Amino acid sequence: MKMLEAKNIEKSFGKLEVLKNISFDVNKGEVLAIIGPSGSGKSTLLRCITQLETVDRGEIVICGDTLVKTVDGKAVYADKEERHKINLHYGLVFQNFNLFPHMSVMKNITAAPINVLGQSKEEAEAAAKVLLKKMGLADRGDYYPYQLSGGQQQRVSIARAMALNPELLLFDEPTSALDPELTGEILKVIRSLADEKMTMIVVTHEMAFAKNVADRVIFMADGVIVESGTPEEVFENTKNPRTLEFLAKYNEDRAER
Amino acid sequence: MNYSILLSEMLEGTLNSLLLFGLTLLFSLPLGLILCVGRRSKLKIINIPVKLYLLLLRGTPLMLQLMFVFFVVNPLLPFRIDRFPAAVVAFVLNYAAYFAEIYRGGMESIPVGQYEAANVLGFSKKQTFFKIILPQVIKRILPPMGNEFITLVKDTSLAKVISVVELMKVTSDWANSAANFVPFIIAALFYLVMNGIVSKCFSVAEKRLSYYR
Repeated sequence: MKMLEAKNIEKSFGKLEVLKNISFDVNKGEVLAIIGPSGSGKSTLLRCITQLETVDRGEIVICGDTLVKTVDGKAVYADKEERHKINLHYGLVFQNFNLFPHMSVMKNITAAPINVLGQSKEEAEAAAKVLLKKMGLADRGDYYPYQLSGGQQQRVSIARAMALNPELLLFDEPTSALDPELTGEILKVIRSLADEKMTMIVVTHEMAFAKNVADRVIFMADGVIVESGTPEEVFENTKNPRTLEFLAKYNEDRAER
Repeated sequence: MNYSILLSEMLEGTLNSLLLFGLTLLFSLPLGLILCVGRRSKLKIINIPVKLYLLLLRGTPLMLQLMFVFFVVNPLLPFRIDRFPAAVVAFVLNYAAYFAEIYRGGMESIPVGQYEAANVLGFSKKQTFFKIILPQVIKRILPPMGNEFITLVKDTSLAKVISVVELMKVTSDWANSAANFVPFIIAALFYLVMNGIVSKCFSVAEKRLSYYR
């Protein structure tokens, strides 16, 4: 079953074409890693899927519901109600967490289930406790975001996204704002979600992670999908000169560190 | 100089000053929010008139605005408004302009990621504003608001120019007729006490909101 189908996505910011005819899909239980240099359009693609940006042309279907299609060369979006319904199919984890600073960890996680899904406070808190425990933060419910480390904040934000029981979880460079020591704890969490067969799209700069956890890897550059395949295909057996160039550059940078 | 009469009249004047202060806040705080929304609107037909309003009200003296409302606008109306309500109108129109800009500063200081996170979690626009944005805005605008409130306490003395019987009017009438400076000293103490209370309220409020950063 397809959790996401994106067809011929095009997006420009003014004269700059950011996404040029992007097509891909994600199956249930699959982990897709999107890699590529900065400015390749990875984050914009994720933001188009999560309705933070609109596409100029193309089609996006999420869990069978059409978010946008193209009629006579113009993008036509679903109505507000349908968009809200589609919104609840997925969760997004941001690079810089975007936790609500005025709410405790518990409230950060329960605010949406209570206000958006109409759950009772007790029900939402019980579910949040399970999630916090899973994230290794069982004793942090009463803390405020500023009292937590970056890695802990990012785990809270994962719990917050999970609290709405999304069918698809998207990560926008979830470790880029973290120290290298804290990166591991987030990758561990994502890996454990993968073990539970959570469907995920992870935009990442962590090549080792993409290699080990992803079922499929998409390499993007300059707004196009240069290559897509299993981690072995992309990382080990690629013949594509653009991919090879990127991987060589990446390994070079790693060696210098 | 009969001090007990002086004091009782000055207290009465103070009550009028406080009433002017309170009524100004009651109407200008919400009006400022409306102006702020208009100022931030993407529609030129809305934001341009609001910008002109802000320029006019912030760009001319409040004393002039008081006289304008009472001596120019009042006679043009089909009914007469009294000195005190005229002062309230001028103060509300003026202070709303300043509050609008303070609200705007507060709102624009909230990172766009807060809106995006709320959006992705499915919050409606209204929920996002009242549950996510506004509480953070309130914390951020407390210090400039404190300034404005303190200024307003002192600005109520300007109502004297249209002969509203507030603290400053009572004070100067007594000082003039008795040729004595003591009423000025007492008035200064009264204003200081009022603003002491205002500052205290703000520091309590700031402390209460210091549970997060």
